[in-house]
Amino acid sequence: MQFDTPATTNPIDRMKVVGKPIHRIDGQLKTTGRAKYAYEWHDADIAYAYGYPVGSAIAKGRITSMDTSAAKAAPGVLAVVTTLDVGDLKKGQFNTANLFGGSQIQHYHQAVAVVVAETFEQARSAASLIKVDYAEEKGFFDLEVAAEKAVKPDESQEPDSAVGDFDAAFRTAPVTLDARYATPDQSHAMMEPHASIAAWNGDEVTLWTSSQMIDWWRGDFAQTLGIEKDKVHLMSPFIGGGFGGKLFLRVDAVLAAFGAKACGRPVKVALPRPFIANNTTHRPATLQRIRIGAQRDGKITAIGHESWSGNLPDGSLETAVMQTRLLYAGENRMTAMRLAALDLPEGNAMRAPGEAPGLMALEIAIDEMAEKLGIDPIEFRIINDTQVDPENPERPFSHRDLIGCLKLGAERFGWDSRKAPATRREGNWMIGLGVAAAFRNNLVLPSGARVRLGSDGIVTVETDMTDIGTGSYTIIAQTAAEMMGVDVDRVAVQLGDSRFPVSAGSGGQFGANSSTSGVYAACIKLREAVARKLGFNSADVIFEDGNVRSGNRTVPLAEAAGVDGLVGEDTMTWGDLTETHQQSTFGGHFVEVGVDVVTGETRIFRMLAVCAAGRILNPITARSQMIGAMTMGVGGALLEELSVDTRRGFFVNHDLAGYEIPVHADIPHQEVIFLDETDPYSSPMKAKGVGELGLCGVAAAIANAIYNATGVRVRDYPITLDKLIGGLPDVA
Amino acid sequence: MKSFTYERASTAEAAAQAAAKNSGAKFIAGGTNLLDLMKLEIETPQHLIDVNGIGLDRIEATPEGGLRIGALVRNTDLAANETVRRDYGLLSRALVAGASGQLRNKATTAGNLLQRTRCPYFYDPNQPCNKRQAGSGCSAIGGVTRQLGVIGTSDACIATHPSDMAVAMRALDAEVETVKSDGSTRSIPIANFHRLPGDTPHVETALEDGEFITAVVLPKPVGGKHIYRKVRDRASYAFALVSIAAVIQADGRGRVAVGGVAPRPWRVEEADAELTKGARATSGILLDGARPTDDNRFKIDLVERTLGAVIAEAKG
Ligand SMILES: Cc1cc2nc3c(=O)[nH]c(=O)nc-3n(C[C@H](O)[C@H](O)[C@H](O)COP(=O)(O)OP(=O)(O)OC[C@H]3O[C@@H](n4cnc5c(N)ncnc54)[C@H](O)[C@@H]3O)c2cc1C
Ligand code: SF4
Repeated sequence: MQFDTPATTNPIDRMKVVGKPIHRIDGQLKTTGRAKYAYEWHDADIAYAYGYPVGSAIAKGRITSMDTSAAKAAPGVLAVVTTLDVGDLKKGQFNTANLFGGSQIQHYHQAVAVVVAETFEQARSAASLIKVDYAEEKGFFDLEVAAEKAVKPDESQEPDSAVGDFDAAFRTAPVTLDARYATPDQSHAMMEPHASIAAWNGDEVTLWTSSQMIDWWRGDFAQTLGIEKDKVHLMSPFIGGGFGGKLFLRVDAVLAAFGAKACGRPVKVALPRPFIANNTTHRPATLQRIRIGAQRDGKITAIGHESWSGNLPDGSLETAVMQTRLLYAGENRMTAMRLAALDLPEGNAMRAPGEAPGLMALEIAIDEMAEKLGIDPIEFRIINDTQVDPENPERPFSHRDLIGCLKLGAERFGWDSRKAPATRREGNWMIGLGVAAAFRNNLVLPSGARVRLGSDGIVTVETDMTDIGTGSYTIIAQTAAEMMGVDVDRVAVQLGDSRFPVSAGSGGQFGANSSTSGVYAACIKLREAVARKLGFNSADVIFEDGNVRSGNRTVPLAEAAGVDGLVGEDTMTWGDLTETHQQSTFGGHFVEVGVDVVTGETRIFRMLAVCAAGRILNPITARSQMIGAMTMGVGGALLEELSVDTRRGFFVNHDLAGYEIPVHADIPHQEVIFLDETDPYSSPMKAKGVGELGLCGVAAAIANAIYNATGVRVRDYPITLDKLIGGLPDVA
Repeated sequence: MKSFTYERASTAEAAAQAAAKNSGAKFIAGGTNLLDLMKLEIETPQHLIDVNGIGLDRIEATPEGGLRIGALVRNTDLAANETVRRDYGLLSRALVAGASGQLRNKATTAGNLLQRTRCPYFYDPNQPCNKRQAGSGCSAIGGVTRQLGVIGTSDACIATHPSDMAVAMRALDAEVETVKSDGSTRSIPIANFHRLPGDTPHVETALEDGEFITAVVLPKPVGGKHIYRKVRDRASYAFALVSIAAVIQADGRGRVAVGGVAPRPWRVEEADAELTKGARATSGILLDGARPTDDNRFKIDLVERTLGAVIAEAKG
């Protein structure tokens, strides 16, 4: 089915199941430990072997020799496979850094070998016996230095944008801001590390893994191993978090496959925690410059946003300026991004890539500008709201209610109690309020599903969609239940298996809307099959209460299915509605912080997010996405930074003791409000994403609250106490 | 992790003897630090002597009016002990400021004193580290040093001792009781227990090979207000950037030790004498001769400010 005209009334609008606060259908499996994650697949009849990876000890250079003799002779060792043994491998389409194969070292902890043994402990112990000699080369690891030589990326990446005459408008604006911001490298730090089991059967391989994108992985896995894609069966039904770190094939899968081939047994490989920072991908650091010019009445006349980020050769930009092209009005505009060559590990997508770091800067800049103008920051945003794409005014937003979010949030949060900077004190707490806009585009990807109606009346959905903790199982069940007119407990959902139709997968907050639309399309097919079977005219058939009805004839679904059952399969594809209409999600983040006047420690007191993101498919799972993202935003504002050793070229704090993310004590009262709305341009579901929206703008709202509390403006994240303490009142 | 042999000791003396018999042996108590380090092969004992069965898990009054804390008393039990909470509140507060509930349930008094540094380079076996491998060099100096030490450090090592408990014990003038393999015992004042790195950062304490800690003894209570203030980036479950352990009397006199700044709990007795003059005077002497890096210079200011707040709190 192609979605190319705005949705009209359809069965989802009944909202009997969709939109209801239904608890996760896989929740009990998870809380009782029965949901099997990749490493946990275990068949008592299979003699699994265990692989342990060895990572490069240098950041850049070449391996000159490897000595594996001691490792091979160690107790229990079944096989050692080195990067030299396998030779150069073809890189996956979605990978920037080489995962394995050949002598070149592109980054620290790049996999150079896997040791396979009878037990995990034996493999780990033997792994440390491998000796590697390197010819080290000089690398570039410092973004600030490398940014001076940054270049305009090739056409495959986002070009500069320019509308009107930015320079002239900025020069002549009566009120201007020209400020620089910095965001650090961040790690996905998901709970479940990357893990895989590979089992060969002749020239076919089955891979149990932890993947957000089954089909991307399948293709790149086959390409890296040099086999046909149809020889790969991939399973990833449960995933312990990903945040973008599991979008692209990772080396645990490749090492498991080589290890299994070498020892002739299925092999399990999990990446040790320190590998997550330096072996996998991360969100690249950015340096940003924002210039805004406005009239005294607050109307923006010029807005410019530039960003510098680094990556390995062929790597992508961190697209931090994208939201600035769309979020606020202004006749004269420019954006530009430059890419620096860095020899750090591969930078790639992490939750809300682009917007998360972009809004960390832009939404401080807006706060600063509002202050210069003497206008309330919410009012300033309202003055500059736009209902059309400001670079292309013929192109309207499909639906945009940023103003509604900000106004309702202000009312609920008590925004009018905000005082001038550094004027509110309770004991040692300096208290401040901050606000930021949330903005993230609504992306859609083709998504397929197969829906079976069994003779027992059970509806079974099969799609290679993944559930990375987001709630995909549940909203897919709700969609199928609504479409087929059954209760949600009459629906079984099977995900994350490459034998199922290819779905959108999980990423870019496109998963929920795209994958449920795919299920919608497949259900339409199934409804037609049911109608056909019963000889009903499909146009006037009603699916309700477990029955199919046409005129005065009512047939139970189970009966309609017959002994053989019925199947509907389809893929939702997308017309040009995302081009004719700008589709985005919106929100307002409100934060109250206390900053200890003595130590500069910041603690969050209250958070509120108000979101306008189309139809909310399930308020429970959507709220979970929001509060999880807001928590991540607290990490981004206050804690998270992969510390670069710019001499040795690696992220030093590569464990969860060194890379601090929020703990319970950091997270206060969180409230989430979804505006009641639908967006018929987005899909037949009329839904959009929320999974990334929740993160967008949070850190800036916190930064603005810290400024309001202390009068100290920090423009480089994370806002740790050492950046505040010099500006706090003398207390001695 | 390297393979190792394992035995259970039933008395302190037997533990010390077993250690003397097996070169490269280590005691294992809660294991919350040792096992992590063994997995990374930062510690590679060939033999483990499990001391969890030897008793020494009581907290008893001493004839001098103080308290003897058995080496195997768990951090949770020590923090919750009624006498400790009443007479040595500082210790109780320092303990609960550390690690997490689960870890404190396992962690022991002796193990906590002997926990090793959290310098990130120490934790990465690919990086040179004089503490991990004597003479290999220090990769932290000139690198990422925000968490590391500002005083008592050397050109060979700038790591800190990460314990909270030990900072309180330093302020309380605790003594560490031990038994050696020959059965002899001694008592080491905590001031002499942790060593400064100098040229030998791998030598961290005054303990001899195989010497076993049996107890930590606190002298009789000194009264006063007991304040432990730990400053860190997140609200819980993080090591101190700076911590202040202070006992302050009604007349403003007292004693103070500082954590997060030095290779051992940092106390300078002459600084105690300045407490009545305020935080600036006190921290000036405490941190005299400090050699911070650009990344951790803030700790100097932070100590003074936090100490000021502690003194104010004691008055209030
Ligand atoms: C995630 C995490 C966070 C933490 N956060 C904090 C924190 O915020 N603050 C803090 O203070 N600590 C913190 N810790 C450290 C924790 O307090 C220590 O790991 C714990 O106290 C060690 O005690 P243990 O009994 O487990 O020691 P073990 O790991 O068993 O032993 C540690 C060392 O002591 C030796 N040893 C043990 N008993 C004896 C004895 N009787 N005589 C001689 N030698 C002995 C062992 O051989 C070993 O070398 C944290 C630890 C972790 C893992
Ligand atoms: S500071 Fe000490 S522990 Fe850290 S790398 Fe240097 S020598 Fe090792």
